[in-house]
Amino acid sequence: MMAKQNKIHEPPFHIVKRPAIAGWKSVLIRAIAIIAALGVSSLVLLILTKKSPLEAMKLVYEASFGVYNKSIDKGFFAQIFTGRKFWAMLQELCMLLVIALAVTPAFKMKYWNLGAQGQVLFGGLCSVAVMFYLNNGFWATHKWLVLVLMLIAAVVGGVIWAVIPALFKARWNTNESLFTLMMNYIAIQLVSCMINVWVPNGSQVMGVVNQNSKIGWMPAMVFPDAWGMHPSAKNYFFNILIVLCLTVVMFVYLRYSKHGYELSVVGESVNTANYIGINVKKVIIRTLVFSGLLCGVSGFLLVSGTDHSITTGLDRGYGFTAIIVAWLAKFNPLMMILTSFLIVFLGKGASDIAMNMGFNESVGDIITGIIIFFIIGCEFFINYRIVKTHREG
Amino acid sequence: MKKALKVIALILALAMVVAFAACAGKTEPTTEPAGTDTADTTAEGTEDTTAENTAADLSNIKFGLICLHDENSTYDNNFIMAAKEAQAALGLSDDQVVIKTNVDESNACYEAACDLVELGCNVIMADSFGHESYMKQAAQEYPEVQFCHATGTSSKSAGIANFHNAFATIYEGRFLAGVVAGLKLNAMIEAGDITAEQAVIGYVGAFPYAEVKSGYTSFFLGARYICPSATMKVVYTNSWFDIDLEKTAAENLINDGCVLISQHADSEGAPKACEAANVPNVAYNIDTSSIAPNTALVSSRINWAPYYEMVIKAVAAGETFATDWIGTIATGSVELLDLSANCTEDAAAKVAEVKAKLEDGSLKVFDCSTFTVKGENLTEYTADVVDEGDFVPETNVILTDEATGITYFAESDEQFRSAPYFDILIDGITELG
Repeated sequence: MMAKQNKIHEPPFHIVKRPAIAGWKSVLIRAIAIIAALGVSSLVLLILTKKSPLEAMKLVYEASFGVYNKSIDKGFFAQIFTGRKFWAMLQELCMLLVIALAVTPAFKMKYWNLGAQGQVLFGGLCSVAVMFYLNNGFWATHKWLVLVLMLIAAVVGGVIWAVIPALFKARWNTNESLFTLMMNYIAIQLVSCMINVWVPNGSQVMGVVNQNSKIGWMPAMVFPDAWGMHPSAKNYFFNILIVLCLTVVMFVYLRYSKHGYELSVVGESVNTANYIGINVKKVIIRTLVFSGLLCGVSGFLLVSGTDHSITTGLDRGYGFTAIIVAWLAKFNPLMMILTSFLIVFLGKGASDIAMNMGFNESVGDIITGIIIFFIIGCEFFINYRIVKTHREG
Repeated sequence: MKKALKVIALILALAMVVAFAACAGKTEPTTEPAGTDTADTTAEGTEDTTAENTAADLSNIKFGLICLHDENSTYDNNFIMAAKEAQAALGLSDDQVVIKTNVDESNACYEAACDLVELGCNVIMADSFGHESYMKQAAQEYPEVQFCHATGTSSKSAGIANFHNAFATIYEGRFLAGVVAGLKLNAMIEAGDITAEQAVIGYVGAFPYAEVKSGYTSFFLGARYICPSATMKVVYTNSWFDIDLEKTAAENLINDGCVLISQHADSEGAPKACEAANVPNVAYNIDTSSIAPNTALVSSRINWAPYYEMVIKAVAAGETFATDWIGTIATGSVELLDLSANCTEDAAAKVAEVKAKLEDGSLKVFDCSTFTVKGENLTEYTADVVDEGDFVPETNVILTDEATGITYFAESDEQFRSAPYFDILIDGITELG
C-alpha cells in the first residue's frame, strides 16, 4: 500500500523551510539573483535593441551618476558629486525612502497599510493649500513661518488620513487593506477637486505656486561657488538631509524604543501582546499616527522641496513601491537606503535606456519588473530549501 | 547530502551565469554590424536631403521632445509623428532627435528637460499644458538652450528670452471638420434617417478648459454653418487620456440620441464606440479610418512639423524666433486629414470652398452674428489673455474687421496669444453633468 502511494504521488523534490541561514549564504543567493536578473534583462534588451548589454549597463550607470568627462579638470568623484544626475538620483531615492519609512512601522505590526499614496497626497494637499493662501504681505517677509505651517499642515493631514482606518480597525476590526486603499481614491478626488477650486480655468493644472516669490519653497543649500555645484544639488540638499535624519530616527525607534518593541510583538501575535499586557488598540492607533506623520512629511517634501505644486500623481506611485522597498529590507531602515537605491538606480537606468534607444518608457518598467521579480523570488530560496525526496520503499 | 545540494546549487547558478554571458557574447558580434548598417543608410539619406533642402548647417542641432504620454495617446502621437516628419524633411539623423515619453507634469518635467540638455539638445519642446512652469525653470537655468512649449500661455508675460509658446488656429480646422459633419447630418435628414430636430451631435471633451471649449464650439459652428438645425451635447471625462471613460462617454451620448460623435480627448475610445454602434465620428489628431472603417469621416490635426522646422532652422542659423508662435492654415499647421469614403460626395468641394473663404478672411469662425450667448450676440468679451497667474480676465477680444465689417471673437490672434481663450458656452450647445 505504502509503496504504491509513493510510486504515484511523491515528486522527486520537496520544499523544506530553513530554520536559519548563514549570512554568507543569503548574500550569495541574493548576488546570484541580481546577476541572473541582469542577465535576463540584458537578454531582453539585446533582443529589443540589438545593442550590446555592456553599452546598456553603461547607460544604466550614467543615468544615476552622470557621464564621466575626461577632458574636464575635475576628479572622477568630484564630477559625480557636483553633477546633476547624482543629486537627482539621491532626491528620488530619498522620496522613495521616506515613504518606505512611513509604511514600515505599520507593516512590521502586520497592519497592511496600502494607503500611503492617499496619506502623502492629502498631506501634500494641506501643505500646498498653506502655500497657496499665505503668499503675500506679512508672509513674504516670514517665509520660514510659511514653511513651518506647511509642515504642520502636511503632518496633520497625513495623520488624519492614516488614523481614520486605524480607528475603524481598532474599534470594529475592519479590513485595513481595503479601507486604506479606498482612502487613496478619496484623496485623489479631493486633490482634483481642490485644483478645480484654485484654478478656475478648468485646465486641471495647478502649475508651480509662487514661482517668483518662492514662498513656501524649501530653501536652497549654499555651497561655495568654487565647488561648482549644479543647482539641483542646492535645491534638493535639505530634502535629502531631512530624509536621512528621519531614517536614523526610525532605526532607533524600531530597534531601541519600547514602542518599537510593542509594535513588533503585536505584529508577531496579538494574543501574546494581550497576554503580556500591551494595549493593542493603543499600539495600532499610535503606530498609524506615526506612519501618517511620516507620510505627511513626505507630502511636504514633495510639495515644498520638489514639485512646488500638486497633481494627483504627486506620490509618483511610490506609495506602493515603498512597500517593496520596506519589505526587501526586512523593515530595517538602514537597509532601506540600499533597497531604495537599487530600485531608483534601476528605474532611472531602464528609463534612460528606453529613451536613448528610441523605445517607449514602458521598456524601462519591464526591466525594473524583471529585476524586482528575481530579487523577491530569491527570498524563497533564502527561506526554504529544495530537498531531494528520500524514498523509503 | 547537504553538501551535495550546495554543490549542485552552485553549479546550476554558475551555469546560468555562464549561459547568460555566452548568450551575450555570442550575439554581440552578429548584431553589431547590423546596427552600423542602419546607421550608414540613414547617414547616406541625411547627406542627400540636407544638400537639397536647407542651406543652414543643421549638424549641430539636437532636438528633444518631452511628451506627457506615449504613442498610445493620439495627442502625444501627433507630436511624435511630427518630429519624425520634421526629421525626414530636414534630413536629421536618428541621433539628432530624442524623445522622452510619459513625463509627468511635475518636477519630472524639469529633470527630463535637464537630461535632454545634458544629452546635447539645443532645442527642447514639451507638449503638455502642465509642463509649462517646469520648462520655464529649466529655461532660466540653461539660457543657451531654446525651450518651446505647446499650448502654454505665459511666454509673453514671463520675459524669459529662451522660453517660447506655440499653438495653432486649430479652430479653423475644427470648423472645416464641422462642415464635413454638417454635410453628413444633412444627408441623414434628406435620407429620412432622422428629422431635422434630431440632428444632435455628441462631443466627448477632456476638461471644461478653453482649449476644449474653443474646439467644440468651432466644430459645432462649422456643422451648423451647413446644417442649421444642428445642436450639440458635451460630456467631460475629466482626463486627457482614458480609453474606457471616453468609450463609455461616447456610448452614453449615442444612447442619449446623438447621431454623430466627435471628441477632444486623446484615446481611441470614442471612435471605437462609434464603430460598434455604427455612428459617424469626427476625430482629432489621428486618422481613424483603420480603426473605424465604416464610421470615420475626417479628422482635423495640428501639424507641428512646420513649427519644429522653423525653430530648428532658426537655432541652426543663430537667429531668434517668435516668443509666442501661431500656426495657421497658411503655415501648414492646421490640417484636415483625408476625407474617408463615409463622407458625402460633395464634402471635398465644400471643404475647399469654405477653406478658401477662411483664408481670404471673408468668413470668420467665431463671427458674432452666427451665434448667441443666452439669447444675445456678443459685443464685448474680456478674456484672461495675459497670464500672470491671477485668472483675472483683462483683455477685450471682440474685434471688428475693417475690410469685411465682421465682428468676431479673435481666437488665437496675433495681438493676443496663441493658446485658446474662447471659454464661452454658446446657445445650441448643452454641457451634460
